[in-house]
Formats: sequence, structure tokens, C-alpha cells
Amino acid sequence: MSTTETERTPPREPEAPRGVSRRGDTIFAGLAKGSGLFIMLALAGVALFLVLQSLPAIGASGENAYGADNIVLYIWPLLFGTVLAAIIALVIATPLAIGVALVISVYAPRRIARLLGYLIDLLAAVPSVVYGLWGRETLQSWVFPIYQWLADNLGWIPLFAGPVTTGRTILTAGIVLAVMALPIITALCREVFAQTPTMHKEAALALGATRWEMIKMAVFPYSRSGVTSAILLGLGRALGETMAVALVLSASGVITINLISSQNPSTIAASIALNYANASGIKTNVLIAGGLVLFVVTFAVNFLGRWLAARGQAKG
Amino acid sequence: MAKSIDISDVNIYYGDFLAVQGVNMTVKARQVTAFIGPSGCGKSTVLRTLNRMHEVIPGARVEGKVVVDGQSLYDPSVDPVAVRRQIGMVFQRPNPFPTMSIYDNVLAGNKLNAKKMKKDEADSIVEKSLKGANLWNEVKDRLAKPGMGLSGGQQQRLCIARAIAVEPQVLLMDEPCSALDPISTSAIEDLIHELKSDYTIVIVTHNMQQAARVSDETGFFNLKATGEPGQLVEFNSTTKMFSNPDEPATEAYISGRFG
Repeated sequence: MSTTETERTPPREPEAPRGVSRRGDTIFAGLAKGSGLFIMLALAGVALFLVLQSLPAIGASGENAYGADNIVLYIWPLLFGTVLAAIIALVIATPLAIGVALVISVYAPRRIARLLGYLIDLLAAVPSVVYGLWGRETLQSWVFPIYQWLADNLGWIPLFAGPVTTGRTILTAGIVLAVMALPIITALCREVFAQTPTMHKEAALALGATRWEMIKMAVFPYSRSGVTSAILLGLGRALGETMAVALVLSASGVITINLISSQNPSTIAASIALNYANASGIKTNVLIAGGLVLFVVTFAVNFLGRWLAARGQAKG
Repeated sequence: MAKSIDISDVNIYYGDFLAVQGVNMTVKARQVTAFIGPSGCGKSTVLRTLNRMHEVIPGARVEGKVVVDGQSLYDPSVDPVAVRRQIGMVFQRPNPFPTMSIYDNVLAGNKLNAKKMKKDEADSIVEKSLKGANLWNEVKDRLAKPGMGLSGGQQQRLCIARAIAVEPQVLLMDEPCSALDPISTSAIEDLIHELKSDYTIVIVTHNMQQAARVSDETGFFNLKATGEPGQLVEFNSTTKMFSNPDEPATEAYISGRFG
């Protein structure tokens, strides 16, 4: 996300009268320019590394590409799994986060709101390995009977076709990712909701709006672009998350939208984490090529988020 | 539909802080009542208790009685949302909903009442309200444009149109002209004169000439002393207030010797 930020904030030189230079200004301008440049260089360096290291993987096939015929066939299922898990996470996390943010910023008495805010923020402080372990050991046994019920009763929906033999499916991974994306989405939504100008809220209330109607008339229209950014930042987190998915998911590298069977697509980040230690030669390059794809996707998501947010603001 | 308001022994608090103490007055129906006084003396606070907007601020509460047409507003059985639908309010700064068109802004209150309106019914409410707010001729060709595109004075008249679209019993105005230029102010003052025949109007103003121009009765608020709660010093007909007030404090404030 810092990528687009840096493009937008090249330090602009203060319009001081010509010939007058103050030492503090010069130092600060240099420092700001330097940091901006440094971030750009670091980013360019990462991109360069990924591209150079990926090049040898282009011709990889068979054993070298983990059994796939070529590099595209290797990465494509992983990309599918990455996006699928992230989308599941957002579908779960977004309504929850908006609801919690509304409770905190509008409904709850101040003391309870603050406590709830702390609790949600604490979720962000839990290391992702812990989430992974929790998903693998605890959550999967909770959701297992639910998946069975889904397969028995809603099996005609392709998403829930089953058969259910394990709780460690892509849906479980999505739920874990949702919990992990929840704090950042909630925190941002809460900020945006709280910034709704009082005069717009009072305009709605004075017309005889209930709190929910006030939220619909004043808070949501005002915060649309902010909420969009929040969701996309959450998506960024879900796309790149590694450990939790690697621990939870029992992956077999297929492409399927069946969310609760034991045949699950893996994700790029998890596959790198699981395979990199044992990789050598071209295999390393193949994994790095996966990383390059993830890099590009994450970059695109953030770019889209910024663009949407800017457009929403212009509409105001 | 215009109603009178009886206010008796009202004390208004923000948390533990007593902001206004012991207000008694009767606001007559189909008249304009102005509240004047220095900043921070509680005029707006009193105004906001008349449609229960005061309690929107956390910790704020009201003691005493406010009775509109025999119905006590602070009775436990009364829903503040219902009160606000009966008593409209116009704020200091124009606050049309930024994402709504002019048309939708006028209908915002009517849509809250959840009735499904027919298109022609909605059209006629919009036209009537905008005509009532003296804005129709200026905006009739661009009703679908956003309300924020209007000038400040037009926005304020749009807010008045929005308030009268639901045909309230009382219209409260909290310094409606303080963010406007003299020409827009004069337009709003003319409008207040016209609205008087249908609505009970209470207006808070810092501008004493304005109070003298638009109101029939005037209440002068002031702090008892620095750090003490605000109070209603004098409540009288506007003519009397501005020529021969009962209280020396009112005389001093109006003649500019203080405040």
C-alpha cells in the first residue's frame, strides 16, 4: 500500500523567497525527499529481484514446476486459491466490520464503545501463527458439523457440494482470514464513521430520522469511499497472509469452487512458505515467480482501492 | 397545524454542568419568537430542547416541562423521533445532504415516514415546499442537480424547504442567517414573514436588528454571572423590548452598552 502513497507524496519544495534559505527547511526537505526516494528504490529493488529471479522459471516444467506442465499451469491454481480465500474472508469480514464499527461509533455508550474498540484492536496484535494454530486445532472441529449439515442440505449449491471429510477447507481458511482482516477494516470504518460531520447527522435527526435512518442518510453516503478503501486494505492483508493459511488448509492444488470438500486449492503465499525450505535450483525460481504474481495482484488491488477512494471523494 | 409551546421551570444540563436554569415562557402559535443574548448564554441550548435535539449530545439532559398543544415533550412515553417529525429545525450552517439531489433533499423527511409516495404526489410536495421557501423559480430547471451546487443562501432556503415539506407544527431556526450575505439574509427574513401565517417560528439570532425586524416577541438570555448558568432575563413583545424594556439589563444589551 505504501507504493501508491509514495507516488502521491513527492515532497514539494516550499515556495520560499528566492535567495532565502533556512537551514531547518533545507534539512527537512532533504530528509523528506530522501525518505520518499528510499521507499521508491526499495520497491523498485523488490520488483527487480522478483522479475530477475522469475525469468529462469519461464521454461520450467514437470518435476521442476511441482508436477505442472508449465509455469502458468503451476501458478494459476494457486492464484485462484489466493483470490478465493481472500474473497471468502471479505464476504464474512466486511458486514461484520461495518456492524461493529457502527456499534462503536454510533450505538454503544461511550465506555462500552471504547472497550469494544480495544478488544477489536487486540485481534490485530495476535500473531498470524496463532491464528493458524487456532484454525487448525479448534475452529476446524467447530465448523466440521456445520459443513456436514451444509453438504447434506444445501449440497445442490456447487459451493457446498462436499463430500465433507475434514474441517480444514478453504472456507475455514477464509474464516480465519476474516478474523485477521476484521481489525483493520473495523478500525478504518470506525474512523470514517466518526468523521461524519455533525451537521449532516443533525440534519437527519432533526427531520425525525431514527438512528439507523440517520446512518443511511448521513453516515453511509459520507463514508462510502473510506469504507471502500478499508475493504481493499483488508483484501490486501488477506491476499498476502501466509502462515494462517499454510497451517489451516489441507491443500491439493485443484481449481474448484467447492468450499467444503477435502480437495482445496492452495494459495501462493502458503505454497511458498511450505515449499521454499526444500526447494533448490529452478524450483526456487518457480516459487519466486509465484511471489511476483502475488506482488502484482496486491499492487493492482491497492491501486484500485486508491482510485475508487479518490473517485468517491470527487463525487463528495 | 401551528401550535403553541409552554415552557415551565426548565433546567438544562450537559452532564453535571447546569447550562440554563429556570426558563419559563410561552411561545405563541403563528408568531415569530426571537431569542437574543450574548454567546454562550444558552439560547441555542433552549431552542434545541424544543425538539429534543439537545439530548443527541452524550450526557445532555433536561428537567422541567415543555408542553406543545397539551402534550408534554419529555413524557417518558413520548418518542423523540416523533417529536422531531412534528417540530422542524433549520441550522446555523446550511446542511443539505451532500449526495442527494435538490429534489431528494426536499423529500428526505417525507421518505422517512416510510409511506410509498406516488410520483405526482412527490412532485407536488417538492414544488409546494420549494415555492414555500421562495426557491422554486431559481431551481425548477435543475431539480436533479446536487443540493451542494447551490449558493449558501439557496442551500439554506433548500433546508427550510426540506423542513416545511413534512408540514411540521413548529419551525425552529438556529441562527439561520449567520453564515449568509445580506441579500440572502433579507430573502430568508422575507420568507420568515410569509411562513408565519402557517407555522409557529422560534428563531435564535445574534443580530438584534434581525430580531427587531422579524419577530413578534423576544426573549433575552444572559448568564447570571460569569461561571453561572444562563437564564431568561426578560420575555416581552418585540416592540416593548426594543423601546422600553422592563429590565435594565435588557436595555443595556440592546443599546449596545454591554455584550
